Amino acid sequence: MHIPDGFVSNEVAVVCAVPAIGAVGYALRRAEVDLDDRRVPLLGVTAAFVFAAQMLNFPVAGGTSGHFLGAALAALLLGPWLACLVLAVVLAVQAFLFADGGITALGANVLNMGAIGGVVVGGLMLAVRKALPNTRTALLGAAAAGAWLAVMAGAAACAVELAVSGTVPLATVLPAMLGVHAVIAVGEAVITVAAVSAVLATRPDLIHGPVPEPAAPILAAS
Amino acid sequence: MRTRWFIILALAVAVGLASAVSPYASSSPDGLEKVAADQAFLERGALHAVQEESPAPDYAFPGVDDPRVATGLAGFVGTLMVFGLGYGIAAVTRGHRPRAA
Repeated sequence: MHIPDGFVSNEVAVVCAVPAIGAVGYALRRAEVDLDDRRVPLLGVTAAFVFAAQMLNFPVAGGTSGHFLGAALAALLLGPWLACLVLAVVLAVQAFLFADGGITALGANVLNMGAIGGVVVGGLMLAVRKALPNTRTALLGAAAAGAWLAVMAGAAACAVELAVSGTVPLATVLPAMLGVHAVIAVGEAVITVAAVSAVLATRPDLIHGPVPEPAAPILAAS
Repeated sequence: MRTRWFIILALAVAVGLASAVSPYASSSPDGLEKVAADQAFLERGALHAVQEESPAPDYAFPGVDDPRVATGLAGFVGTLMVFGLGYGIAAVTRGHRPRAA
């Protein structure tokens, strides 16, 4: 859902850039607190994985494709603020080197995917996780729901920005964006759960927040 | 698994996906592009002046004829650049406070 230049008005681009810059600025300050020695390289590799996975468009219905977003995964590894920073790094490289997503619209893209996907939905997902039992199932369930919702919230924000820009009426663009992204968001949930499972299998301590209790060994009935 | 090996393994997975799998990714329009085409605002999209000179527009590594090789190379270089940039920003911001003993 990378918005190219021309889709949103300059006014909307500026209004979106303000909270986007604020979120990234706060994330940089949080980095001083949130980053322990292990999480310095983890931030780099999370950004690299998000960039790589965003290149892998998978087909969804009707001659359309979708790709991974990564906000929920980044929040599960680094917390909501550093997730926003990760998305901002990825989006900036995509816009400047690969002409993917606009330059004027970069603030809107960081807002939709980093601030809304990472900070708002990622933060909500981590809060819900705290309220749930500290089990592997609860973690993966929260990851799936958070991943799905991050894509949907970003798509909804994108639709609102297009409508406020006068590009297209909200009544037509919002249902269309949510409809197509409801399917893409399922792919997001699957990839996020798979990636979190891989981290749990190798380095469960790298999960942000409490590490789930290992499942009790199942004794074969004999 | 030691942190260093985890990072190397995860980076290898990312680089592998971006360079070997991305050339075979779907080239259909993504969700927003599809909606833009259906609702007739796709042609409003334009490159920013800065992007007219972007080194690898649409993930095509410059000077490579084979589109799959060009995409794979762009993925390879792009993933390593994003890793370096993310690592660098993290290291610089982390550097402001004394390291825990």
